[in-house]
Amino acid sequence: MATTITKTETVIGKRIRRKEDPRLITGTATYVEDIQMPGMHYAVVVRSPHAAAKIKSIDTSAAAAIPGVALILTGKDIQKVAALPCGASLPGLRVPDHKVLAQDRVYYVGHAVAVVVATDRYVAKDAAEAVEVEYDVQQAVADPEKALAPGAPAVHPQWPDNTAFTFHQEGGDIEKAFTEADIIVKERIVSQRLVPSPMETRGVVALWHAAEKSLTLYTSTQVPHMVRSLIAQMLGLDENRVRVVAPEVGGAFGCKLNLYAEEALMSFVAMKLGKPIKWIETRRENFLTTIHGRGHVDYYELSAKKDGTITGIKVKIIQDLGAYHQLLTPAIPTLSVLMLPGLYRAKTMCADIVGVFTNCVPTDAYRGAGRPEATHGIERMVDILAAELKMDPAEIRLKNFIRNDEFPFPTATGLIYDTGDYAAPLRKALEIVDYPKLRQQQTEARAQGKFMGIGISTYGEICAFGPSPATPAGGWESATVKIEPSGTVTVMTGVSPHGQGEETTFSQITADELGVPMDDILVQHGDTSIVQYGIGTFGSRATAVGGPALYFAIQELKTKIKKFGAMLLESEEVSYTGGKCVCNKTGNSVSLKEIAGAAYRAMKLPPNTEPGLVATYFWEPPNFTFPFGAHVMVTEIDPETGAIAIKRYVAIDDCGNILNPLIVDGQVHGGVAQGLGQALWEQAVYDDNGQLVTGEFMDYTMPRAHMMPWIESGHTITPTPVNPLGVKGVGEAGTIGASPAAVNSVVDALSTLGVRHIDMPMTPEKIWKLINARKA
Amino acid sequence: MIPQQFEYSAPKSLDEALSLMADGGKLLSGGMSLIPMMKLRLAAPDRLVDLGRIKELSYVREQGGALHIGAMTTHHDVETAPSVRAKCPLLAETAGFIGDVQVRNMGTMGGSVAHNDPSADYPAALQALEAKILLKSATSERVVTADDFFVDTFTTALEPGEMVREVIVPVEDSSTGTNYQKVLQPASGFAIVGIAVRLRKAGGKIAMARIGVTGLSNRAYRATAAEKALEGTSGSDAEIQAASALVIQGIDANSDLHASADYRKHLATVYAFRAIKAALGRTA
Amino acid sequence: MTQPITLTVNGIAHTHSVEPRLLLIHFLREVLGLTGSHVGCETSLCGACTVELNGKAVKSCSMFAVQCDGAKVLTIEGLAEDGKLHRVQEAFWNEHGAQCGFCTPGMIMASKQILDRNPNPTETEIRHGIEGNLCRCTGYQHIVKAVQAAAAARA
Repeated sequence: MATTITKTETVIGKRIRRKEDPRLITGTATYVEDIQMPGMHYAVVVRSPHAAAKIKSIDTSAAAAIPGVALILTGKDIQKVAALPCGASLPGLRVPDHKVLAQDRVYYVGHAVAVVVATDRYVAKDAAEAVEVEYDVQQAVADPEKALAPGAPAVHPQWPDNTAFTFHQEGGDIEKAFTEADIIVKERIVSQRLVPSPMETRGVVALWHAAEKSLTLYTSTQVPHMVRSLIAQMLGLDENRVRVVAPEVGGAFGCKLNLYAEEALMSFVAMKLGKPIKWIETRRENFLTTIHGRGHVDYYELSAKKDGTITGIKVKIIQDLGAYHQLLTPAIPTLSVLMLPGLYRAKTMCADIVGVFTNCVPTDAYRGAGRPEATHGIERMVDILAAELKMDPAEIRLKNFIRNDEFPFPTATGLIYDTGDYAAPLRKALEIVDYPKLRQQQTEARAQGKFMGIGISTYGEICAFGPSPATPAGGWESATVKIEPSGTVTVMTGVSPHGQGEETTFSQITADELGVPMDDILVQHGDTSIVQYGIGTFGSRATAVGGPALYFAIQELKTKIKKFGAMLLESEEVSYTGGKCVCNKTGNSVSLKEIAGAAYRAMKLPPNTEPGLVATYFWEPPNFTFPFGAHVMVTEIDPETGAIAIKRYVAIDDCGNILNPLIVDGQVHGGVAQGLGQALWEQAVYDDNGQLVTGEFMDYTMPRAHMMPWIESGHTITPTPVNPLGVKGVGEAGTIGASPAAVNSVVDALSTLGVRHIDMPMTPEKIWKLINARKA
Repeated sequence: MIPQQFEYSAPKSLDEALSLMADGGKLLSGGMSLIPMMKLRLAAPDRLVDLGRIKELSYVREQGGALHIGAMTTHHDVETAPSVRAKCPLLAETAGFIGDVQVRNMGTMGGSVAHNDPSADYPAALQALEAKILLKSATSERVVTADDFFVDTFTTALEPGEMVREVIVPVEDSSTGTNYQKVLQPASGFAIVGIAVRLRKAGGKIAMARIGVTGLSNRAYRATAAEKALEGTSGSDAEIQAASALVIQGIDANSDLHASADYRKHLATVYAFRAIKAALGRTA
Repeated sequence: MTQPITLTVNGIAHTHSVEPRLLLIHFLREVLGLTGSHVGCETSLCGACTVELNGKAVKSCSMFAVQCDGAKVLTIEGLAEDGKLHRVQEAFWNEHGAQCGFCTPGMIMASKQILDRNPNPTETEIRHGIEGNLCRCTGYQHIVKAVQAAAAARA
């Protein structure tokens, strides 16, 4: 028997460059738009230029006359396509009928009115321009608070109060907390609408195989299996005859955790025409029609004792839903409620949500999805409380943190925090910046009339979505591991990575568990005809739920490997290590390759054992995970212009065990960029007529390289007991931690002027006005 | 994303281009403004005359105490040409602020000037430089001052059939100090406010001051009141402050999402101060 | 109405008859099948379509193919030579400069331009050198590190 050691070095925890990258850096990856097929037709959607209007007439004759135009559909032609589903269920939720093309009315700028299909994308565009739609323009309302005011225009005429739902949750005796409080602080805090803006817009290629009655849909999505189930329902197809493929996906950040009108519409068009249909969203369309994030107006109240002990948290959330519910629209603010207690011990809370219709594109999940809004609110309120009590913001946090011996900690919102050491990342961050010295520098700077700010945020997260009973569509994840006859390993995961690097981290898990080289492992994902049913990538879940599923699949496989190993070694006691089975008595071994060969050749089988080496595991997580961390941002403000300079950014995150530090750092950096984007630059602005003023990169400020600080990223490690890998998820951490650190920093800088809150984005003009108003 | 159809020609000589333009062709130079507008269908010319092949339009020449910069000279070439950097550093510095690397590689002096975006960078510098712009048609040629050329938002002194042939800027000596300061509109990179300053000192006094302002109003302009206030002073902070306050005199400022009129005006005074200080520091 | 054009792309001459309005990016992607360069916006602000035209980085979504008649174009697909990655590609791999990868080809082409013009750029120069390229995933830090590493690799 061979005794060569195939692999001794473990790879988990190492900075390993990604397996995905060779195709990305050579331009050979295949995104939806890169797919070409013979006979391909191209679709362009005709969209409403008005936020609220009745459709008087649609004239497609001029468009239809253009050579090359193959099909034009309007609202009346899509009656066989069911309405887009809302996956969230809340008591009393009002659900508008969300057709894939507008019927008699349009409800937001960009609302799809018709689709034009031609043999050439340039011709399709020309024809779309030639479709004439006559509108009877109605009054629109784009601001959620204005929409709630009496006499506001009704977004949906049948619901004149524009209220889609109300939601109430409380825990503990809130009245007592506020009656007995030494101090109550209140603030209105806005978390503005944001445009997720992945660099790849949405896109679809749909292909109908008439003879098989089967559909293939390539779509830029985070959730291919979910899209398959829902598309089958909407079009009345057999689910097993719908194949959905998420090819290379160019970023998503939550906005592709959805089912969009175009996915169903283009499938329908493909069925009608019998040709492959390609539709690629333009950037303008992406601004107008892909979901937005956030959109909160929150009224917070915090009760506390004079020593700084927080006793109660109240919030009223006004959630701008937009005109329709996309897949999870109404559920997002309920996540804010869950996150409300933050890292603090207070077990008394009360939250009310009003979900408001507006004549805007729907809001839905955007990186953090409800949790950044809550964390921003709570972290601002803690700073406001500290300022009122003249306490140090670090001290007040340390005082209120849940203590290490209190885990697992049941929160007032019904969660059970798994584990934590909340003071650790804060202490580490403060040490890195030399906090006492920094405060000393601040005192000196203030003496010179300078505005220097130190902002702290200590955030918690709900990640690894999640236990199935707590999620709309199942929260487990799946993995299949196949040892091929040659001994190479194929992993099929139900998650759908689009930049997070699981082809690499899952290879690392597999390499260590099976003792095989990274290069012998192939990780497949995103194709429903290859991969067993899966849930997808969102909510910092891929590694924390998909990883354990893979781990358990490998354990099952190892049991079988050992049976074959025992048979080949003619031993009863074998162990599997370093890619081989070893007889515990003789030390003889047999390699995985040899075992695989034997398992498929099947000349002889171990007792009660089938041939082959394949295992599939569906893992149901017992709980969410609850990562945490502390970010510190130091700013200096130009008193003349209000411009904010970021002098230092320290991010200490605790995401549990780290599989690949290179990838984790990348996730933190990108997350911080989006958090700072919200804090400083980004905003989706609708005017009173419901026109999106920031509807292109010309006006919507994306963070660019020269705007970003150098992020000093570090970690504490508190492994979670929720899964065997001890990993908690890190996709959203940076975003959640960054915006309160930024605002706390700038408010701290201006606190000498009596400033206690600033809404985002903190544009230089806003800061300049604050300085001016206080100086005057 | 997809422009309307048009006819295209790419003449190899200036004369050919002028005659095509006289027939109603729209000139295409770097295309950095025109093509995005065509893709959004905000512009839909029937005929494009591409100047890209006319070698005789891309040059920087020193002649008669002035630099002559051909219309098709790219921003990158203006930014990096040793002659511009040495002899008209304000223009080179300003070019470096335009757009981004890729835009500077394609965008041209003539295209930018003729487009006359009210928040473009060059016009501020050209005002401060008292530049002259050579206009040419199939039948005539004339020189106008920058101040006469930049008429209004996207409107210039160009007559139908005329094109920008070259831009003429003075050769500076070391007694002149210049600086361009810009507040970027953070999304697009255009100027919310851009201030170009050009100063000469003699005998401890500011003998000459020229200040060009862009982004603030419907057109780039020379802040003559501020210039006058500066001239004859020694350039103390108080004097600069007083002069800077005058750059917005009589100006009806633009207002948009990125900066209100009041804030724009305020920024103009702050950055005028900074640009004047910096320029003063660069005088010999 | 189409016009014949000849472009040398990644060292190979291609002659095609195209509509004047055909954008260079669509010529590269759809006529030549070089889909490495991407379209991320229509306002020339994202840089995902960046290619080299006669040695200069340009946004191929803001040019017509007819403008490039006779020109030499280098795209991401032509960057590696004889199967050996360009040092900027190698550095993006080593430093985790790509996440979703959509901006990456344009980012690499812009980074190459930085180093072609300035072998030892500072962090600030690198950040300004890629200011015409948006990335939504990385926060740019690993991209900056990649350009620094690529600069060091030549030294």
